[in-house]
Amino acid sequence: MDKLTLGNKEFESRFILGSGKYSLKLIEAAVKDAGAEIITLAVRRANTQEKENILDFVPKNVTLLPNTSGARTAEEAVRIAKLSRELGCGDFVKIEIMRDTKYLLPDNQETIKATEILANEGFVVLPYMYPDLNVARDLVNAGAAAVMPLGAPIGSNKGLATKEFIQILIDEIELPVIVDAGVGKPSQACEAMEMGAAAIMANTALATAGDLPLMAKAFRQAIEAGRKAYLAGLGRVLTRGASSSDPLTGFLRD
Amino acid sequence: MENQFFVDSEHLSKEALEKKHQLENDPSCRSNPMEYMPGMEKIDSDVCDKVMNEVKSFDYIKYTAKDVRAALQHESCSVEDFKALLSPAAEPFLEEMASRARLETGKHFGNTVYIFTPLYIANYCENYCVYCGFNRYNHISRMKLTLEQIEEEMKVIAKSGMEEILILTGESRAQSDVSYIGEACRMARKYFRMVGLEIYPVNTEDYRYLHECGADYVTVFQETYDIEKYEKLHLAGHKRVWPYRFDAQERALMAGMRGVAFSALLGLSDFRKDALASAMHVYHLQRKYPHAEMSLSCPRLRPIINNDKINPLDVHEKQLCQILCAYRIFLPFVGITVSSRESAEFRNGIVKIAATKVSAGVSTGIGDHESKYEGKDSGDKTGDEQFEINDNRSLKKMYGDISEEGLQPVLNDYLYV
Repeated sequence: MDKLTLGNKEFESRFILGSGKYSLKLIEAAVKDAGAEIITLAVRRANTQEKENILDFVPKNVTLLPNTSGARTAEEAVRIAKLSRELGCGDFVKIEIMRDTKYLLPDNQETIKATEILANEGFVVLPYMYPDLNVARDLVNAGAAAVMPLGAPIGSNKGLATKEFIQILIDEIELPVIVDAGVGKPSQACEAMEMGAAAIMANTALATAGDLPLMAKAFRQAIEAGRKAYLAGLGRVLTRGASSSDPLTGFLRD
Repeated sequence: MENQFFVDSEHLSKEALEKKHQLENDPSCRSNPMEYMPGMEKIDSDVCDKVMNEVKSFDYIKYTAKDVRAALQHESCSVEDFKALLSPAAEPFLEEMASRARLETGKHFGNTVYIFTPLYIANYCENYCVYCGFNRYNHISRMKLTLEQIEEEMKVIAKSGMEEILILTGESRAQSDVSYIGEACRMARKYFRMVGLEIYPVNTEDYRYLHECGADYVTVFQETYDIEKYEKLHLAGHKRVWPYRFDAQERALMAGMRGVAFSALLGLSDFRKDALASAMHVYHLQRKYPHAEMSLSCPRLRPIINNDKINPLDVHEKQLCQILCAYRIFLPFVGITVSSRESAEFRNGIVKIAATKVSAGVSTGIGDHESKYEGKDSGDKTGDEQFEINDNRSLKKMYGDISEEGLQPVLNDYLYV
């Protein structure tokens, strides 16, 4: 079976619901129609007395992926991760460290630091990062369970703006590469999966769809199709460079 | 315009009345609004110059429908685009602006609407701001809550389910000093998940102290960025010092506060220029402090006790909506708060377009939450209100109404780290 392994857990589904725009309906659609087995959750949002606490909405068989949004430094991210453990959200943590409230771009340097600290403390660390190969290697060495490069700025629905760089990570990094942020359409999710991404994280694309359950199904099928195409090996139309009908090496004699 | 605000109370002494009239009628007896008073910290910042240069050159008459259309077509809104959206030429495009604003709000905030409530703990004030109910010459019931009374108020509010509180005082450092406010913040942290402050501007070290006490968000309204008009409306007291007020948010950020809020009181001066200035204030501080959270409010004048002549004037709901849409398109990532000064209908409509935060269960008086929330008449003295509110919905009602609109009410999205 083709499964996604993160830490010591295996998942059938390669769709992860991102955080940010929540509603009961969205979570239902993500689990039932998109088949999500992992749901991200902002710890700062779970930190509430509110009657509709998001934690109560998440089915028990779903793995929670708490994120550290609101953290501006590694130190703050570590504190939020520990709070998340105390709140009973488990050992998975998605590191989000942003020093920019406008674009919400991740701070790679601080992310490496937080990854190392939290991995040493037994967390399954999934760092959200700007797709930089050197940083990805550092994250591997720091003990990350996967890397999560952004496709485009959060909420932009712009798809794979960083495609070339994500491809490099996929080619060079031996951890699962999960494309996070920016995926706006099923076709973009499919494209990333064809490239060899291990999973897709999305939220806005679903949350803002006209028919939520239908869009959730579309994402599921797109991700499955992309995965199958990747496993099947893409045909030559999609390989890089042109191929000539006369062999270039036909002159070799012995 | 400013003269229609003047009201003489029969309770003022002869000397006080004389002083008041002198301040009102004789500009030469008023202090220079650009001159710092003793004890006011001066920081080295170029933000004010940048903002005011932009405002100075803003000639909104020159923008045309073509500029507005272009602004709406651009993927990201430049300063020039923003100016076009604020201009009278954009008024016929309100529906298009609203639909673009809604798109941007959705991208950054989804369908969430945050709910908070203000808590006034004292209404003593040393300033003479002619439009404000707390002004020192207005004959109102003055009060400052004791710590025990503050705790009682907080318990009543917390019981309603509220998780974010904004602590306010009148501007009297003598009556409500920084340590008093600090104690109120410490108390608030026991009952609430998030504590904001809207008090008189203070120095960096005071903001640092208040931050240590639990405050994490500072709101300061500049009222108007038009210095000449400011001088005519804020006749006495430390608030008269315009640049010290302007730099308050930056001092708060330097002191480690997580976020800051801005506003002009629309209707005091040329509202288009004030709207531009407020947004540019946010824009330039955000560039300098990219990690900081920022939000904008958009209050209009409201009637006050003893003076019902104070009203929004030329800023009608349509203009207010235009400004809010322009704010949202230019600064898609900032929070926008719409206060209970506006009607329930307006607030219900605007949260679907641009606003991300509303107050509920509001009292702008002092010490009256128990009577207002639970209908109990404690017989205790209460302090008079700063202005009349318009939307008096409780948290429960607001929560229900927001949900019914298909939006998601949120009581807390905050973590102290």
